[in-house]
Amino acid sequence: MAGESSVGAAGIPASVARDAAQFHQMEMLRFTTAGSVDDGKSTLIGRLLYDTKSIFEDQMEQVEDASRRRGDETLDLALLTDGLRAEREQKITIDVAYRYFATPKRKFIIADTPGHIQYTRNMVTGASTADLAIVLIDARNGVLTQSKRHGFIASLLQIPHVLVAVNKMDLVDWSEAAFNGIMAEYSGFAEKLGVDDLTFIPISALEGDNVVTPSENMPWFDGATLLHYLEHVHVRTHHNLVDFRFPVQYVLRPNQDFRGYAGRVASGAVRPGDEIVVLPSGRRTKVKAVETFEGLGEEALSGDSVVLTTEDEVDISRGDMLVRPLNLPTIGQEIDATVCWMTDDELRAGKEYWLRHSTREVRAVVTEIVHQIDVDTLHRQEVDAITLNDIARVRLELASPIFYDRYELNRETGSFVLIDPHSHFTVAAGMIRGKTQDVADVIMPPADGGVERGVSPNVVWESWNITLEERERRNGHRAAIVWFTGLSGSGKSTVGRAVERMLFERGCQTMFLDGDQVRHGINGDLGFSATDRTENIRRIAEISALFAGQGSIVLCSFVSPYRKGRDFARSLVPNGRFCEVWVSTPLEECERRDAKGLYQKARDGIIKEFTGISDPYEEPENAEIAVDTTDLTADEAAERVIQRLERQGIFG
Amino acid sequence: MKTWRSSLRQLESEGIYIMREVAAQFERPVLLFSGGKDSIVMVHLARKAFWPAPIPFPLLHIDTGHNFPETLAFRDALVERIGATLHVGSVQASIDAGRAKEEPGPNPSRNRLQTVTLLDTLKELNVDAAFGGGRRDEEKARAKERFFSHRDRFGQWDPKNQRPELWNIFNGRKSLGEHFRVFPLSNWTEMDVWQYIAAEEIEIPDLYFSHRREVVERDGVLLAKSEYNTLLPGEAWVEKTIRFRTIGDATCTGATESNASSMDDIIVEVAAARTTERGGRHDDKHSEAAMEDRKKQGYF
Repeated sequence: MAGESSVGAAGIPASVARDAAQFHQMEMLRFTTAGSVDDGKSTLIGRLLYDTKSIFEDQMEQVEDASRRRGDETLDLALLTDGLRAEREQKITIDVAYRYFATPKRKFIIADTPGHIQYTRNMVTGASTADLAIVLIDARNGVLTQSKRHGFIASLLQIPHVLVAVNKMDLVDWSEAAFNGIMAEYSGFAEKLGVDDLTFIPISALEGDNVVTPSENMPWFDGATLLHYLEHVHVRTHHNLVDFRFPVQYVLRPNQDFRGYAGRVASGAVRPGDEIVVLPSGRRTKVKAVETFEGLGEEALSGDSVVLTTEDEVDISRGDMLVRPLNLPTIGQEIDATVCWMTDDELRAGKEYWLRHSTREVRAVVTEIVHQIDVDTLHRQEVDAITLNDIARVRLELASPIFYDRYELNRETGSFVLIDPHSHFTVAAGMIRGKTQDVADVIMPPADGGVERGVSPNVVWESWNITLEERERRNGHRAAIVWFTGLSGSGKSTVGRAVERMLFERGCQTMFLDGDQVRHGINGDLGFSATDRTENIRRIAEISALFAGQGSIVLCSFVSPYRKGRDFARSLVPNGRFCEVWVSTPLEECERRDAKGLYQKARDGIIKEFTGISDPYEEPENAEIAVDTTDLTADEAAERVIQRLERQGIFG
Repeated sequence: MKTWRSSLRQLESEGIYIMREVAAQFERPVLLFSGGKDSIVMVHLARKAFWPAPIPFPLLHIDTGHNFPETLAFRDALVERIGATLHVGSVQASIDAGRAKEEPGPNPSRNRLQTVTLLDTLKELNVDAAFGGGRRDEEKARAKERFFSHRDRFGQWDPKNQRPELWNIFNGRKSLGEHFRVFPLSNWTEMDVWQYIAAEEIEIPDLYFSHRREVVERDGVLLAKSEYNTLLPGEAWVEKTIRFRTIGDATCTGATESNASSMDDIIVEVAAARTTERGGRHDDKHSEAAMEDRKKQGYF
């Protein structure tokens, strides 16, 4: 066959290899494989490498020699991957091994992780950098506990795509029924985990069916082969391209005139002229230039290693983070996280560690083990200690603040490791769930005069019967509160209604609330004093949270002049489910419009305490997006809000 | 707007990130420079990582005394051009001092002896992190290597007790006397290295391009004529058109017959190759676990 001679060992046809331009368009896909000793995982990888011609003759000879010496009848492709002597002797995989192959479409990096129970640690390690996970299931055995564990870990680490390869189909007579049975059972389980994208392919790694070439033995299967799927699955969507986060790695000062901040953009993008804030100092400045070896860059994107310079001389050092003023991460010292324990030394509450997060390292104490999660049954149990391969939810207190996002929203700024201060070993991998919130925090009134959340006496909280996740799955989008704030006449409601219409037409479940509705109904008893306004916002926030809990995207259009009120609404829904839209049309423009004649009345003193005239409007500091309707039509502004919601992951 | 980068740019960015992380976490790093293409790419990445500042650590070359003269000339020219500091550890000096013993037999390989000189020199310079050009695609034992690879007080690697490496978080904490080997090219393949050299127009020694040279075929490997290779009974020098796919000692680096005289030719040849680049190296043929054993002792 012609392909045989023109396709090289690197799997790249010579013609393509020569064409540097085409090569520079090649994408990279990192995936992890998990399966138990006998599921044929190593054989599958061996098959992928072999069939894409990524194995060299001398490697093949080594395998042939070794197979022969061992007295094996067939070629043991697993020998290609088991690199350590102990692994070959015991015929098991001990450590994560990295494998590489390329096709004309993509370069692939495989993190090959062992599947036996004691190696949850390695599976987590392999999954931490993966875009996709292949879970192998032996068709003869069906869905085993460990197949579920692999799925659970993939979902825990937020791997966006899970591919279930039902292997050894040759040993079940290529039975469609066997495949369908496994598919039904595993889908049911995966639904509980919230795996976004789940695909099933029946294969025989040993014979090669549906790995690289379509199977003649399974005409009933009309899906893609495994390699075809790997070459075409969309991998760019889950990178966070919105929230600009730049952890400063190293400061460059070659001479008195140059001071640059080296680092890799963790998420989002930045361009010269962009306004930035330095954390933790809070100093503001602008990006002067994106410096690279090749010269000045136009922008720096998520994943780029660059050097940034600033307009003003600001004191910045390693461990600081550069972000945008209207898009801040959470800054805090108390965090709630899921950890996977990676050492024999057990964890008990009160132990102290180094916590390394982005380029920052701080002392940390585990204050509480909330519960352990059984990786096989997913049951939660209260425990005093956890040990190697355990997964638990814990609370941590840090000696100084870190700047983080929820892991779910940002892998780079939502992850950390714990390091033992004595052995220096990496003892845990952590995924941040959010700020530690005690029940008392939620119910007790804050001391600073903010909005209070009341609770009636003798009421015991019962959690929802149907979970939000279930509702969202049925709706096909996430629940959220989109909160429009701005001066009277700024265009909040007009834009809000346009957004609702667009969402509705996309098939989203929506609810729109504005002053007119609530003031005529549930809040009819309230006036406009400061106290009544606070109560007004409190009720609206609670109502919105109930609608959101029911799965809707709730659009709220209220002047809501005080930060505390808006922050209270934000605190009622999970991180990432709140979108504050600042309709920032300036006062002069709003007053010029004066659609309801209210500004005139306020100027005439007929209306007292009017926001913007006789009462303050506290401008948002953390709004997700700002739109000014002076020069934008309502639809244009609405379109921007929709785009923001998209980037926030509201549509999945 | 393009919102993603090609695999080559991602690898470059990762390598730069690793280098900066080392410069930030360690006090006395060195870059192990062999004169081969991988270490040349590392130097290129280091220049990019700290630009416009100079590379903040010295290069260290372990000289077996059996190097091709072309390699040494290239090394000195590069160091001069980029204004780097170079340290040289000499295997001959280790032999003279009785720290290492030449292997018996004709044309002894000094490959194993390098480990002694390497560890001695790292200790002498008080090095706490040494960059190596090792890639995970080279060999099975290397496939399990970390970016930040911990070495105990004796410079040894314990493959069964490696620190887990998650996300982009690298733990360089250590006790006194321990050090790290750091591999910024871990995720690169041979093809990536060549593509990158071509894309960035990086200068490499002429040994990589085809030329006429006198060689002798021994155990299936073409060895170049040099003062360190002498003929065994029955052998004779033959002039052939060859090039080197990898550059190590003259005593153990095999040449391949090739007409590839440009970068494009080399890339096409690598793409069509049916043997690994280490396939031409005598030192890896000792046993199935040859590399694992050498790595455990502290090899590159």
